Amino acid sequence: MAKVQPFARNIYRSATDFARKYAPLLILTGLVLLFTFISPNFMTVKNLTLMLRQVSFATISAVGIMFVMISGAIDLSIGSQIVFTNIVTAILMVRYHVHPALAILVCLTMGTFLGTMNGVLSVKLQIHPLIITLGTATIYKGLGYIVANGKNIIGLPESFKVFGQGYVGPVPIPVIIMAVVALIGNFVLTRTYFGRYVFAMGGNPEAARLAGVNINKMRVITFAICGFASGITSVLLLSRVFSGQVFTGQGVEFDCLTAALLGGVSFVGGEGTIFGLITGVLIIGVLNNAMQLAGLPDFYQNVVKGTVLLVAVGFDVYQKRRKAKETIARVSS
Amino acid sequence: MDSDIVLSLRNLVKRYPGVLALDHVSLDFRKGEVHALLGENGAGKSTLVKVVGGAIEPDSGVIRVNGREFTRMNPHLARSLGIEVIHQEFNLVPPLSVAENIFLGDKVGGRRLVDFKVMRERAVALFQQFNIAIDPDKPVRELSPAQQRLVEIAKAVSKNVRILIMDEPSAPLSVSEVEHMFEIIQRLKQNGVTVIYISHRLEEVFRISDRVSVMRDGRYVATRPTADTNRKELISLMVGRELTEQYPAGTGAPSDVALEIRHLSGNGVRDISFYVRKGEILGLSGLVGAGRTELAMVIFGAAPAEGGEIWVDGKRVTINSPADAIRHGIGLLPEDRKGQGLFLEMGVKWNICFPIVRRISRRGLVDTKAEQEIAAKYKARLDIRTPSLEQRVKNLSGGNQQKVVLAKALAAQSDILIFDEPTKGIDVGTKQEIYKLMRELADNGIAIIMISSDMQELLGMSDRIVVLCEGAFAGEVHREQFSQNYILDLASGTH
Repeated sequence: MAKVQPFARNIYRSATDFARKYAPLLILTGLVLLFTFISPNFMTVKNLTLMLRQVSFATISAVGIMFVMISGAIDLSIGSQIVFTNIVTAILMVRYHVHPALAILVCLTMGTFLGTMNGVLSVKLQIHPLIITLGTATIYKGLGYIVANGKNIIGLPESFKVFGQGYVGPVPIPVIIMAVVALIGNFVLTRTYFGRYVFAMGGNPEAARLAGVNINKMRVITFAICGFASGITSVLLLSRVFSGQVFTGQGVEFDCLTAALLGGVSFVGGEGTIFGLITGVLIIGVLNNAMQLAGLPDFYQNVVKGTVLLVAVGFDVYQKRRKAKETIARVSS
Repeated sequence: MDSDIVLSLRNLVKRYPGVLALDHVSLDFRKGEVHALLGENGAGKSTLVKVVGGAIEPDSGVIRVNGREFTRMNPHLARSLGIEVIHQEFNLVPPLSVAENIFLGDKVGGRRLVDFKVMRERAVALFQQFNIAIDPDKPVRELSPAQQRLVEIAKAVSKNVRILIMDEPSAPLSVSEVEHMFEIIQRLKQNGVTVIYISHRLEEVFRISDRVSVMRDGRYVATRPTADTNRKELISLMVGRELTEQYPAGTGAPSDVALEIRHLSGNGVRDISFYVRKGEILGLSGLVGAGRTELAMVIFGAAPAEGGEIWVDGKRVTINSPADAIRHGIGLLPEDRKGQGLFLEMGVKWNICFPIVRRISRRGLVDTKAEQEIAAKYKARLDIRTPSLEQRVKNLSGGNQQKVVLAKALAAQSDILIFDEPTKGIDVGTKQEIYKLMRELADNGIAIIMISSDMQELLGMSDRIVVLCEGAFAGEVHREQFSQNYILDLASGTH
């Protein structure tokens, strides 16, 4: 008996450890199984492809916001950046007949610049990025509206259509780009010294500074990366919607945040994996998709999404706190 | 049974996964005594305190308070029995005033509303009783650490304390502030309060306690009347073996000057000049607030210099950031290990290699093989006790965490190391290892600057001591002139 007890406890502990580590994945698996069972239209190649394309746009931005979040900051201006760059890029192509390749380059540069501005302002004003990007979000969106001047910009060149609507074989192009961005993001975060710096400044900024990391420079670069990623999203969304509209991209930052938090990216920095992020994105995607299949109105979908976020993050925090308590008790005995 | 025993612990057991934190501990505390509790990190002192204070429940055993038996406590019950705990970390609410903090949770004055006038008067009366000069209306966040500690003591006293447990209360205090705290403890003792005093500093134990109990590995070892024991006996009881030599002697052959600062100012220090040679340990002494850490930060480029020069290996260098300092071979082991030295959520290997991760990268890619080798090398060299190199640093003991900080600085191949309070909060056994390592490093030609508030350590380890007072240079003392009084005189500006 005395021998069995610790053994059983060990099994229990490794089971809860497993559940904590892979909670998002378990939720995703559960949802997929549930919807496969409920709806015959869910588990089809066509539906899943659509679902992937649907999430691909936000996911690319989410990879960007992940750099910002792991570094211990936040970017609420992603959607507004897209509003602004979207309109400008559309106008360049429609009114000034700029070649799509050049217009895309401008869009990416502009996104990077807007992100850089967020970083520079955070560093110079020494105000929390939450407030900085809340401010710039309003500015960027306002600028987008001014440039659009109340009109939808239509008449984009046909050759521009391929990015958001094209396929390579059976795979939509945005999905391919999403995969490439995620792989690069993962590589940079896990294999390069730059990635180490990002984790370090989020985990303990003072220790990172004393280890010789230029925190200010890193802050600007991580925001620039986020802006660049949003530039990509902007190009793809413009191509997909195929007209410049001020509503394109609005609120994307909340999808990104939700996905990141669902996937275990820490809100205070220092933690997160691309794998977790993708899982988070897929949870949102599957939920959206299934609810659309079920014909649930948007409003209900919002309630469900919000609830899933709270349950998932709440579970994670609860587990962590329990674990921390155990560790503290053990170490300080 | 002894009638003046107020708190009696019988066969307390507390088990954590893999660790027996308390192994049938029995201990008695008398009325009106100051009872010191000694032990290395992990000896079970904090667990014992938590059990008595009601923060955790024991698996078995009995807690007897004034003859009443309990199998477990809770914080509310403990307080109603007159037990108060002052923890190592501060437990005050920074934005609230001193008086509000003292009476937090108490009903003062009216039935619903707080009567601030009554509260203030009571705080003033309390402070007068203990000779404490703090404005009760001041927000706690504006107080110095020492003042905050006094407020915590006053808070405990206001709750009609009978048994006061203090866990490392002197850690943030300077010498004179500790004296003041001791006066208060004496007065409490006269009022019949039992004080359980936990500290790593043996001088304090001898200075204040009537009896001392030693714990080791979760077990009770022995109790001695303080007057009948000595440093050596207590240390051997704590570590379970005789420690022959406390401070390893150097080879005494320092060579060229490695680092020299000339008229350095900034970050609250002004016009400081001294040098340190290769193979030498230079002690940096001063009271809390003398500017030792501040000076270290200027040398390391973590705070801006406002004037003066820094010379490394006979060449004048410009240091504007920690990166510059590291490039010139300067390493800093900060006082606040957890806050400034470590990435607690990351692994041992990750931490050790972080400062050089760029150096061991090729085209941005981290060379994980080199990383593994370097981490393994320093783990072996410093005897860092960890189950694996991937183990998160937050799960290591304080001493091993300090070794990881040291490994970081060594991996960066620093020639000049600044140790800021290298043994603060570290148990006796690991202290010895750190001393030995420091001396070995010096013997291998590294120049060391050691900031320490522990006078024994300073006198024992240093080859030379520079004393600061209120941000300025107060004197330089050579080994043959070493004396505690002389250095304290310099540090307090009375010389």
